[in-house]
Amino acid sequence: MSLTLPRKGLPQISAFIIVLLINFAVSPQFFDLRLQDGRLFGSLIDVFNRGAPVALLSLGMVLVVATRGIDLSVGAVMAISGALAATLADTQPLPVVLLAALGAGLLCGLWNGILVAVLRIQPIVATLILMVAGRGVAQLITEGRIVTFTSPGLAWFGGGSILGLPVPVVLTASVLAVAALVVRGSALGLLIEATGANARASALAGIETRMTTIAVYVWSGFCASLAGIVAAADILGADANNAGLWLELDAILAVVIAGSSLLGGRFSLALAVLGALIIQAMNTGILLAGFRPEFNLVVKAVVVLVVLLAQSPRLSGLGVLLARRSA
Amino acid sequence: MTRYLPVIVTAAVFALGYAVCALQFPAFLSTRVIADLLTDNAFLGILAVGMTFVIISGGIDLSVGSVVGFTTVFLALAIGTWNIPPLLAFMLVLLVATLFGATMGALIQGFEMPPFIVTLAGMFLARGASFLLSTESIPVTAPLYGAISDFALRLPGGGRLSVVGLIMLAVFLAGGILLHLTRFGTNVYALGGNRVSTGLMGISVGRHTVAIYALSSFLAGLSGIVFSLYTSSGYSLSAVGVELDTIAAVVIGGTLLTGGYGFMAGTFLGVLMQGLIQTYINFDGTLSSWWTKIVTGVLLFAFIAFQQATLALARRSVRGTAAKGTTP
Amino acid sequence: MSLPPTMSLSPTDAVPPIDAAPLLAVRGLSKSFAGFPALAGIDVTLRHGEIHALLGENGAGKSTFIKAVTGVIARDAGTVALEGAEIAPRSAQEALQAGIATVYQEVSLLPNLSVAQNLFLGRQPMRFGLVREGEMRRRAAALLRDFDLDIDVGAPLGDYSVAVQHLVAIARAVDMSARILILDEPTASLDAHEVEILFRVMRGLAGRGLGILFVTHFLDQVYAISDRITVLRNGRLVGERETAALPRMELIRMMLGRELSEATSEHPAKDAAETAPEAGGAIRFEGFGKAGYVAPFDLALASGEVVGLAGLLGSGRTETARLLFGAEAADSGRLTIDGRSVRLASPRDAIAQGFGYCPEERKTEGIVAELTVRENIVLAVQARRGALHPLSRREQDEIARRFITMLDIRPPDPERPIGLLSGGNQQKALLARWLATQPRLLILDEPTRGIDVGAHAEIIRLIRQLCTEGLTLVVISSELEEIVSYADRVVVMRDRRQIATLEGEAVNVTAILQAIAADAAPLAA
Repeated sequence: MSLTLPRKGLPQISAFIIVLLINFAVSPQFFDLRLQDGRLFGSLIDVFNRGAPVALLSLGMVLVVATRGIDLSVGAVMAISGALAATLADTQPLPVVLLAALGAGLLCGLWNGILVAVLRIQPIVATLILMVAGRGVAQLITEGRIVTFTSPGLAWFGGGSILGLPVPVVLTASVLAVAALVVRGSALGLLIEATGANARASALAGIETRMTTIAVYVWSGFCASLAGIVAAADILGADANNAGLWLELDAILAVVIAGSSLLGGRFSLALAVLGALIIQAMNTGILLAGFRPEFNLVVKAVVVLVVLLAQSPRLSGLGVLLARRSA
Repeated sequence: MTRYLPVIVTAAVFALGYAVCALQFPAFLSTRVIADLLTDNAFLGILAVGMTFVIISGGIDLSVGSVVGFTTVFLALAIGTWNIPPLLAFMLVLLVATLFGATMGALIQGFEMPPFIVTLAGMFLARGASFLLSTESIPVTAPLYGAISDFALRLPGGGRLSVVGLIMLAVFLAGGILLHLTRFGTNVYALGGNRVSTGLMGISVGRHTVAIYALSSFLAGLSGIVFSLYTSSGYSLSAVGVELDTIAAVVIGGTLLTGGYGFMAGTFLGVLMQGLIQTYINFDGTLSSWWTKIVTGVLLFAFIAFQQATLALARRSVRGTAAKGTTP
Repeated sequence: MSLPPTMSLSPTDAVPPIDAAPLLAVRGLSKSFAGFPALAGIDVTLRHGEIHALLGENGAGKSTFIKAVTGVIARDAGTVALEGAEIAPRSAQEALQAGIATVYQEVSLLPNLSVAQNLFLGRQPMRFGLVREGEMRRRAAALLRDFDLDIDVGAPLGDYSVAVQHLVAIARAVDMSARILILDEPTASLDAHEVEILFRVMRGLAGRGLGILFVTHFLDQVYAISDRITVLRNGRLVGERETAALPRMELIRMMLGRELSEATSEHPAKDAAETAPEAGGAIRFEGFGKAGYVAPFDLALASGEVVGLAGLLGSGRTETARLLFGAEAADSGRLTIDGRSVRLASPRDAIAQGFGYCPEERKTEGIVAELTVRENIVLAVQARRGALHPLSRREQDEIARRFITMLDIRPPDPERPIGLLSGGNQQKALLARWLATQPRLLILDEPTRGIDVGAHAEIIRLIRQLCTEGLTLVVISSELEEIVSYADRVVVMRDRRQIATLEGEAVNVTAILQAIAADAAPLAA
């Protein structure tokens, strides 16, 4: 448990700017923007656009991690909702399609939440079940094929634009804004942080820790299904095999970069999104630099290790000790 | 006897499943199907042996699938491009894998980092490294490979027990002995029971953590060799997601994901169970491969719920005795 | 091992030769945590073949003492000598090698391993690199037979009762040639028969020359088994006595009463003008209890009344508090408030009725260390309002400021993580958390434990002030002088039941001590 003052996000913002500057160094056109058909294009926009699904996932994951949990199933849930949306897109009206896809996500989240909060199964184990079975369910929906659709309504979620910005970017920004408003505007944020940091004390202070826990998993399922819709809309189809594959790991990484402790407690929604964007900016930079995309994984591994070392209880314990010495 | 209950349940479910399969497709009773079951799941089985040690010690290893992928690419390049003799290449890759696992173990122990995250980084690293070596699927044409795939133990009834199947059986046997009959094995259980108590009882927690992850990665390397022999090729995308199948096999085999309980025989059954589902789907022909995942997920849930219930019962009985003790 | 020739097994007259170097001599042992002294110059002498009871309330320093002696924590000052030779173990492992074995209340063996594996972990008999399971079980069975234990050594340790687990832990220690056994609350969860078995083993071991340091809170057991007694209080040594020469009343006074030098200095007379609480009481617990937890009790609380809960450690004080607050659901009895019958199944129910609870375990059950002082203070109010009715930041700031000023919480920075505050200020913030809910009943479990002298006095002052404002208080404390100074009524507990209620003139330290010491049914008989 770290007792530092709430992080202000300075390291994350600097990291993001540094990565962007490196990208600029390797590709001088990086910050170039051009308007085409009423929509902005450019590498920088790409970072935000490509980063949207992971950013959405991290918005869900960050609250789960704050309660000292983890949600491994978000990639599979993405696949399920993407598959549902793509399968229904050309035969059903758009609201039905969206409701079905989002409803599936909410249900998956509810399932995870019940396993964790009511049956008291460790989060990593509980969500593993859906991680394994979920992709099978997605394949069941698409019958193993790559389902394509032409519905412009659904396609808008991937390729459309609002005020020149790609819809996924606007969508992520709005979810972030709404979530921030709900979580920080209500007392949910405080109750979630208290539950994650000390569940026993929180229960004795009268917090409904069980409902809080279920709620964050439902929220995570909801975010995952949104990400699934965006991903499906982006490629005008659903590939149950690959949609959202390993993105749960990126989302966890984004949350860790955002400075959340995997042991629960303090969280920041904005920094989680920033974490996702840092990952995407690195991916883009590696591509722009002419390196093969395969480098991504190695770089990610290094980032995970560095961030973890910085968070390591032993190291921070050392820090506290040193601080005490000097105090 | 509650200790053996999960394994007994797994065995019963497996026997029942097998009976159902055999009733529908009598060919299931042939040695050919049985031998193929072993061959096809050889690499999964070897990984599961290592994962059993890790999980019983209270950890988890997400990197095994990536290590398999790395190994196949490394072997294909080493044998085909760098002209290293296959056996030397095998030894080299096993050495690299073992060191890789030992490093993860050292990080977990040294910095008190959660195994989940450290091995996640290991997963990225190993997969990334194999991508860096090559992104192509490279065939391996060494004579040794041909010789090995030609060799098989002929079983009565037409079954051919391949070398890779034999390797898996040997690994299970060795793993079972190591886990159940040696001090090291007992210490693995001890770690999963309670790391602090284990340390207090004079067992070096650090050394064992390093050894356990080294063992898991060593077996992942061996599994990669088997995979390479089985497919006669190296591909950086091979065995993607296999870590999940491996964890599922171990859990279905009755091992507790919280550590401290489990049996090698259970893991063997868990691996066979996954193979059985796959084989049934192949036989059926109308069912699709995704049913494997769904059924695996359902089985996972069933076993985890079952374990949770047994634990709750055990806890209640312990609490019962404690309460009895405090009543004046 | 040198066995004194005149060794006797009888617990009362075992007096080893004075000239021999004692088995264990601890001198001037001191340990501070963050400037707060947990142990100050403790001397303990353990002789060969002696069973020595180490007594004291929670926070007296017993665990710290054990940990400092066995090297689990580093000591600040003092020496530990084993048969005259100084030792300085740096871990429990090194202590064990030196011959000091500790068996904790929470048995630190491995419940998932078999009994035999636990006994021989790391030193199993081997052949060809394999454990000789049969041989190991034979040896295990033989070893346990010495302890009158005839059990299946192949079964997991967790299948056996805590008593058996303790015996196995002791057997392991003895078999690893320990000469000193430290037993930390070994009898806390044993029944009378199991205690008798354990005592037989302890006497046998003492007869073989081992020294046993026995930590317990059951006084009957102390008298049944120990040769001598050392009492600690607030990290200081109160005294060392021969058990046979120490009357029970005197022992309890040593544990609970102030040291003689201080006792006379401050004996607050009750304020005569204080109104007697109205009969009947607004909050009535009737037949409230939970099987195996706390025997059913009646408790009627009038507004503005302070009820003290007194008793020794383990008498059921904290358990009662948890029942009153719904943290543990009662299985018998009922609660009426102002004549209405009220359900009390969770802390939320209790909070809805205007109850508040400051638990004894401040760090694990009270504060949320990572959160700020402000967030900790508003937590209960916010939880009661529900997530959808948030306190605005301004309201939060206002509440935090008000209580920081009122309770003088230092540093007066509402945005500081509460984990960085001192114990006393954390306690004040917890009080603030409940006062912010405008409670009618506050339950305080050891509100002054682990708190420096200054904050201590302030909290007492607060308690007195709160009850003049009409708040009902139930206060648990091991500091009897403290209870006497503010309580209108004192409920005395023993063996998880209420045994006496003292009111008016009867609320004084001596009466409480007498009530606690009044002969109980001997536990270990």
